[in-house]
Amino acid sequence: MQSKLLKKEMTIPADFLYSPRAATIVKTKQMTANEKFFEIKFDDGEPLGHEPGQFIQLSIFGIGEAPVGICSSPTKEDRSTFEVCVRKVGTFTNALHKLDVGDKLGIRGPYGRGFPIDELKGNDVLIVAGGLGIVPLRSLINFIIDRRRDFGNVMILLGCKGPKDRLFTDDMKEWERMLNINYACTVDRADPDWKGNVGVITTLMPGVHIDKNRTYAVVVGPPIMYKFVIAELLKKGLSENQIILSLERRMKCGLGKCGHCQINSVYVCKDGPTFTYAELKGLGEAL
Amino acid sequence: MRYVSLQKDKLPQFVNSLQKKYKVVAPVKKENLFVFATIEDPEEVELDYMPTILPPKKYFLPQHEKLGSFVKDNVAMADTNIDVEPTVLFGAHTCDIEGIECLDIVFHDTPADPYFGRRKKSIIIIGYECMKPCDEYSTCVTMDTLNPRAGYDIMITDIGDKYILYINSPEGMGIIGKNPIFGKVENERDVKTKLLKLREDKVKNFKVQIDADYKELNKIFGTSYNSKTWQDVGKRCVSCGNCTAVCPTCYCFDINDEVKLDMSGGKRERVWDSCQLDEFAMVTGGENFRKERSSRQRHRYYRKFDYSVKKYSKFFCVGCGRCTRTCMADISLIETVNELAKEHKNAK
Ligand SMILES: Cc1cc2nc3c(=O)[nH]c(=O)nc-3n(C[C@H](O)[C@H](O)[C@H](O)COP(=O)(O)OP(=O)(O)OC[C@H]3O[C@@H](n4cnc5c(N)ncnc54)[C@H](O)[C@@H]3O)c2cc1C
Ligand code: SF4
Ligand code: SF4
Ligand code: FES
Repeated sequence: MQSKLLKKEMTIPADFLYSPRAATIVKTKQMTANEKFFEIKFDDGEPLGHEPGQFIQLSIFGIGEAPVGICSSPTKEDRSTFEVCVRKVGTFTNALHKLDVGDKLGIRGPYGRGFPIDELKGNDVLIVAGGLGIVPLRSLINFIIDRRRDFGNVMILLGCKGPKDRLFTDDMKEWERMLNINYACTVDRADPDWKGNVGVITTLMPGVHIDKNRTYAVVVGPPIMYKFVIAELLKKGLSENQIILSLERRMKCGLGKCGHCQINSVYVCKDGPTFTYAELKGLGEAL
Repeated sequence: MRYVSLQKDKLPQFVNSLQKKYKVVAPVKKENLFVFATIEDPEEVELDYMPTILPPKKYFLPQHEKLGSFVKDNVAMADTNIDVEPTVLFGAHTCDIEGIECLDIVFHDTPADPYFGRRKKSIIIIGYECMKPCDEYSTCVTMDTLNPRAGYDIMITDIGDKYILYINSPEGMGIIGKNPIFGKVENERDVKTKLLKLREDKVKNFKVQIDADYKELNKIFGTSYNSKTWQDVGKRCVSCGNCTAVCPTCYCFDINDEVKLDMSGGKRERVWDSCQLDEFAMVTGGENFRKERSSRQRHRYYRKFDYSVKKYSKFFCVGCGRCTRTCMADISLIETVNELAKEHKNAK
């Protein structure tokens, strides 16, 4: 039977949906024992065309696919490449870590809804990153730096397990030096050389002074962090709409079909991964 | 011409004429159950049948669907073609047709899925209307799927001495064409009235299955998220995933790569998955967003009676009863929903 809904189907190239586009790794950097950075370029030279907060599906045939956030800003000088940073945790990510400059891999995407840049514009932005949460947030931070005049005050709070787990340390040095950015970092456990803050990320919150009428908080980190950080932000007077989060769920298709990422009637891959706290608050299983 | 008639003894001849141009899949007997299978001999077709073990979704969303093939050292897919023989799905019940409609909505939602789309286009659906209840597990009366609605090319109705065929699409018309085995219907209005009357009467043979009205169902789920019923159901469920495999509207899938033995290449395919399995929503690091069986069972029910209504304005339970029939823990959809309905009423 011809589908009544056929018209829509015509607008999508039939072979596009699940086919990865060929790309090549142009630079890598081992960031920590378990995290590796990759700069990637499409073989056809096209830019990825993403927004901060979106993600892609990396593909290695014979192994499979994995969703990863994009850590470079679309405003980056060389638009023909983009960057990801991946933690080695299992089958796919181990295979990926074996790849190096010149190796090829497949890319699907970008997928999902990025951070609401237009709403952030003209306002103060408080960025709170825990662990791997810095990956998609680096895209946003660098976007803001490249368009600095479009935003008000910018504060970055970073938390990680230990000094050796810090990602993007070169970027961090720069953020720390910049006069128009407030930057603070804390580690759960220090080592002898560490001179900075020690303690979980919420220990940085009392030192943060925000104008609750013009501040958006963008928070990305492990599930456990959300509970505590959200409570602190609400205490500071931010409304539920001014708190923006990004969720991690198991993802297979990235297209709102396979069901893996579903929370209630929401598909994280398509409706998210970024959400306002207001959108998530009433949803069981979300936070 | 929207209606034609067919003498009952001519049915095999009809099927045979279809076989000349199409692969014909129809309900056939398998031990004491029924399955949809490709038929060789028209006599195999069993129109008087209980819902089949698997619904016809297997023809639209096969358990394994090749998304594309790849060759060694290449990172783009070599081909994404799928072969779909022109097929006739013969004798599908109205509940199963409604199930296909649900899948159709999902897979045509942007971005539309070309694999499903190609299959849907290649399969002609000839329905067969139920005149009597199949067993105590189906809920087609409550779910309003007992009578033909939409989504088929031809509907066959047994009016006693013969069949009436209703033609619902150009493809259906193409099949009936000028085939002399069909009889002309003199007065289409009379036939229409007769069918309406027949449907009014047949409902009396079906008992009301869920203690709630179609319109009330969604409201019940609106207040049932934290019901203790989920704990009861969760305690009994063994997470085998049978209920989702046999459900005509369950479509969750996994994506896997299969490498050829000589390592020269392979294929990427999507494979039916089940939200009832423990690892379905688990991410690395062990975080599992539906760790409890109760939350996974709730998820299954909510996908049928609540989430789908929010997202697609439609119930995704078509009342076929398969999930109850197949469950080895005796979890019954009717009992579960009745329990929720009772709680909902008491809370009011
Ligand atoms: C939107 C999004 C963005 C992400 N961004 C990053 C990132 O920037 N850097 C990074 O290192 N990791 C990121 N992840 C997590 C990353 O996708 C998983 O670590 C990865 O899929 C694990 O695959 P594996 O085969 O190595 O691990 P295994 O544990 O062997 O995985 C087995 C299976 O589980 C699935 N799976 C396991 N964990 C996840 C998960 N968290 N999300 C989705 N599927 C999972 C995989 O699809 C795989 O098929 C992100 C996840 C999501 C959903
Ligand atoms: S068939 Fe029954 S036991 Fe198996 S997952 Fe479904 S509800 Fe649980
Ligand atoms: S939930 Fe059960 S009764 Fe409803 S359509 Fe699915 S298998 Fe049939
Ligand atoms: S990843 Fe498949 S629905 Fe979201």
